[in-house]
Amino acid sequence: MIVAAAWYMALAAALFLIGAFGLLLRRNALVMFMCIELMLNAVNLTLISAGRALNDLNGQVAVFFILVVAAAEVVVGLAIIVAIFRRRATTSVDDLSELRG
Amino acid sequence: MAEPILFVLMALGSLTGAVTVVAARNPVYSAMGLLGTLFSVAVLYVLQLAHFVAAVQVIVYAGAVLTLFLFVIMLIGVDTSEGWDEKLPYQRAFVGGLAGLIALFAGALTLFGNFDWVPAATNTNPDATNGTIQAIAEPMFTDWVLAFEATALLLTIAAAGAIALAHYRSGQA
Repeated sequence: MIVAAAWYMALAAALFLIGAFGLLLRRNALVMFMCIELMLNAVNLTLISAGRALNDLNGQVAVFFILVVAAAEVVVGLAIIVAIFRRRATTSVDDLSELRG
Repeated sequence: MAEPILFVLMALGSLTGAVTVVAARNPVYSAMGLLGTLFSVAVLYVLQLAHFVAAVQVIVYAGAVLTLFLFVIMLIGVDTSEGWDEKLPYQRAFVGGLAGLIALFAGALTLFGNFDWVPAATNTNPDATNGTIQAIAEPMFTDWVLAFEATALLLTIAAAGAIALAHYRSGQA
């Protein structure tokens, strides 16, 4: 007995929404970053289940590439957060308003 | 029979972890919630025969990325001072409206939607998605070899960029 792909899609949608609302509601840059990772994982889950439903292995290859890009993104993003913290001693995005017009 | 049980358990685990990420005031708890979600999703990958991707998920995400997150949290200090008061006007109303709109859309989709979204698989061999290392490597090093090389370049650039950011001093440009 297997679970239909629609259930995996529903779970992925719920995870994506939680991540999206976390991104909108939280102000700590680190937590916002974790919410982005959450959304990436939800998308990966949809790709895996769609690939399985279509009997296509390319979904898993796409997820592998997304994992690599996400790892690179985390490296640069965390470096930026640390650089901002050294300059401003805060990680709250509300305090970073230097680009405000 | 194992898949529905494991699916329900891991769905609950991943949702609990996701809610912890968003709701926890302490960033360390958020990281632990993320860890729970990542592991649950890895189990869901195994359930869908994506063995290699599940292993990479645990090694790269739970191993490297989360360690990096915890390292940075410890480096810049655990900041729990974030209040729930909102400085941006209309942000709360916007998020609430968005949530209502999405709930409406999801309800309409559940009631009236057509769930035959898969147009019938062209490949009828269910073993085709058994994601062993060998099976993954075959398309990766034939069809997607250019993308594979590009990710190598991307990782090098990311590492160089992180080092450049770490060496940055204000006033030095």
